[in-house]
Amino acid sequence: MTDLTQAAAQPLLKVRDLVKSFPVRSSGFRGGRGLVHAVAGVSFDLHQGQTLSLVGESGCGKSTTARCVVRILDPTSGQVEFDGVDLGTLDAAALRSARSKFQMVFQDPQASLNPRMTVGEILAEPLKIHHIPGAEGRERIRELMSLVQLRSADLDRYPHQFSGGQRQRIGIVRALVLEPKLIALDEPVSALDVSIQAEIIRLLERLRDQLGLSYLFIAHDLSVVRHLSEHVAVMYLGKIVESGTNDEVYEQSAHPYTQALLAAAPIPDPLIERSRDRIVLAGDPPSPIDPPSGCHFRTRCWKAQDRCAEEAPVLADPGIGHLVACHFPEVSNVIVQQPVDFRRPT
Amino acid sequence: MNEVLLQTRDLGVEFAVSGGAVHAVRGVDIDVRRGEVVGIVGESGSGKSATMLALLGLLAPNAKVHGSASFNGIEMIGAPHEQLRALRGGRIGMVFQDPMTSLNPVLTVGRQIAEAIEVHQPTLRPKRVMARVQELLEVVAIPNASERMRAYPHELSGGMRQRVMIAMAVANDPELIIADEPTTALDVTIQAQILTVLADLRSRTNSALVIITHDLGVVAGVADRVNVMYAGRVVERGPVEELFYRNQHPYTAGLLACLPRLDTRGRDLEPIGGAPPLLDHLPKGCAFVSRCKVAEPRCHDVDPQLRDVGTVSVACHVAPAATSAMKAMKAVDA
Ligand SMILES: Nc1ncnc2c1ncn2[C@@H]1O[C@H](COP(=O)(O)OP(=O)(O)OP(=O)(O)O)[C@@H](O)[C@H]1O
Ligand SMILES: Nc1ncnc2c1ncn2[C@@H]1O[C@H](COP(=O)(O)OP(=O)(O)OP(=O)(O)O)[C@@H](O)[C@H]1O
Ligand code: SF4
Ligand code: SF4
Ligand SMILES: [Mg+2]
Ligand SMILES: [Mg+2]
Repeated sequence: MTDLTQAAAQPLLKVRDLVKSFPVRSSGFRGGRGLVHAVAGVSFDLHQGQTLSLVGESGCGKSTTARCVVRILDPTSGQVEFDGVDLGTLDAAALRSARSKFQMVFQDPQASLNPRMTVGEILAEPLKIHHIPGAEGRERIRELMSLVQLRSADLDRYPHQFSGGQRQRIGIVRALVLEPKLIALDEPVSALDVSIQAEIIRLLERLRDQLGLSYLFIAHDLSVVRHLSEHVAVMYLGKIVESGTNDEVYEQSAHPYTQALLAAAPIPDPLIERSRDRIVLAGDPPSPIDPPSGCHFRTRCWKAQDRCAEEAPVLADPGIGHLVACHFPEVSNVIVQQPVDFRRPT
Repeated sequence: MNEVLLQTRDLGVEFAVSGGAVHAVRGVDIDVRRGEVVGIVGESGSGKSATMLALLGLLAPNAKVHGSASFNGIEMIGAPHEQLRALRGGRIGMVFQDPMTSLNPVLTVGRQIAEAIEVHQPTLRPKRVMARVQELLEVVAIPNASERMRAYPHELSGGMRQRVMIAMAVANDPELIIADEPTTALDVTIQAQILTVLADLRSRTNSALVIITHDLGVVAGVADRVNVMYAGRVVERGPVEELFYRNQHPYTAGLLACLPRLDTRGRDLEPIGGAPPLLDHLPKGCAFVSRCKVAEPRCHDVDPQLRDVGTVSVACHVAPAATSAMKAMKAVDA
């Protein structure tokens, strides 16, 4: 047993100033090269047994963050510390063995499972790479299959012979065979129908509790995130703009973007849904190749002032108990009805 | 109550596939009245798109359509192609999920909207057409309309492209707009913009809107009446509040119980369990029977028909007792 106080103090995953840029040909008429600032300085902690969710609009850098954490991508700069070890300092062999402790599950179970391999072969592959003896591996696979309610006979079948929900369960088993501590789940239920989605969410909750797993969870569905996570970080154009506990972010959000996101997410309840205040943001997120000066959100923010163009707000606690990157934070519960005067930017 | 604009009766669609037929739509009756918003919800493959594509004459060649669909008293099933083509984009506007596949990549969006107008109003002078294009882009809240008219589809964001689709759909002041998952591919903040545009348009023109979606939250916000589809059937329908608060079909109740919600946490989700039946191997009785917690012996033999129960119509033998039985079971579980 580890000392509990120490376990609480020491996060399983510590990410500091993570940056990832991709070189791209810019579409400008000079045809020069530019950089996509996909992740532009992201820091967070994730503790053993907990779930941290990354939310935000398409292209804000959620997947890139997760890919850098599990080292599918090499970060441009910044630190990722797992279990007290800075992954950037490991050589190839050490990184390979560390990798078994963090795994990734992808959105599209169809595309991430090799169609020419049986489920049994797909599941045995990571075990082979990590030199887990055959008998032990088979035992693990058997246990996990029953844990996710698939039959041993299913091991001889091919991915296309399963439903979407079953394929996602196979993807989860594949992530679990190496007995990881952390799983990055990138939109694991987005492609599934709601009745199937509920099954996978329940399964993820059960596995987390039974196996003491930690999740870095990515979803654009704010209701799913509300249900599943202890902590939530809201991203906009490569940066975290607000982060805190689930209730802090959902009920006491202080960043205008978080508030707009929450106000736009529908609630399946006509009386509540029709009495809510809408914040309809103008425009689209700007390009991460050429983000606006100062606050990245200012081109869509109804509260923007001159200062917002000049000075980038830093993620800090403005005295409300959680972190916000805004010069003019104001706590508001936008899920529950509350009259606010939201004007569009000029 | 407003006059019925669109009425389908016993509408059916079968797709011929090797080894049999996919019964995608099975006897669907849907009414749409002037000026109202009708939601069609249901899981993937339940026949939502096929129902609407059938009456528009837009199904794949392997489809066989039967039954009736009348628009303003005009029968659409089996109507000549010319007649359907005149209705589509004219009195009936359409918006689909993926604007990229519906827009022509080599024409500017302004040109495409102009063509949508010219097809139906060939005598309109070019200057008037272009003025109308600009006006339409403004109606769907595209900033710098006069400049954006000259953009190609790939130069616009997904949300902008969807606005262009909506502009085309309403170019000829349709009486009915059919929107098939119009916001599914979009982020929530963009979804909110598009839903606002659709709602504004609808109230301005008093056209009717059929919105197909799998998102019950969207339906809760915009629909006046809702049809829930399962395995090719409408299994429950009614006014939106009745459907959400006083539903009678085990599937509707199950859908709502398995949804996580933004405004609550810590509630256990209750998955429905199982999967919908294969549409080329439908069971003899109720299509929901293998997943239904309150099924009775007769459910295996007799396919239930839609009938009025209280304020909703429901296709279930056990309704109205079904949902109260489910509640009682939950109480025992807890
Ligand atoms: N390999 C790459 N090369 C160039 N640009 C990339 C690459 N991968 C991602 N990007 C860009 O980086 C930004 C962040 O992408 P990322 O996939 O992390 O976003 P996301 O938040 O996961 O979005 P989504 O919700 O759409 O999955 C986007 O602008 C994307 O186009
Ligand atoms: N051309 C076709 N040939 C054979 N089967 C088809 C064809 N087109 C559709 N189907 C089947 O018909 C059924 C109904 O399809 P439809 O597209 O109406 O579903 P939907 O409710 O719109 O689903 P989604 O939410 O995924 O769009 C599905 O099982 C589908 O696979
Ligand atoms: S810093 Fe300014 S522009 Fe940015 S979110 Fe806050 S008020 Fe809006
Ligand atoms: S008819 Fe029977 S099986 Fe079908 S939904 Fe009603 S109770 Fe369930
Ligand atoms: Mg992503
Ligand atoms: Mg469809």
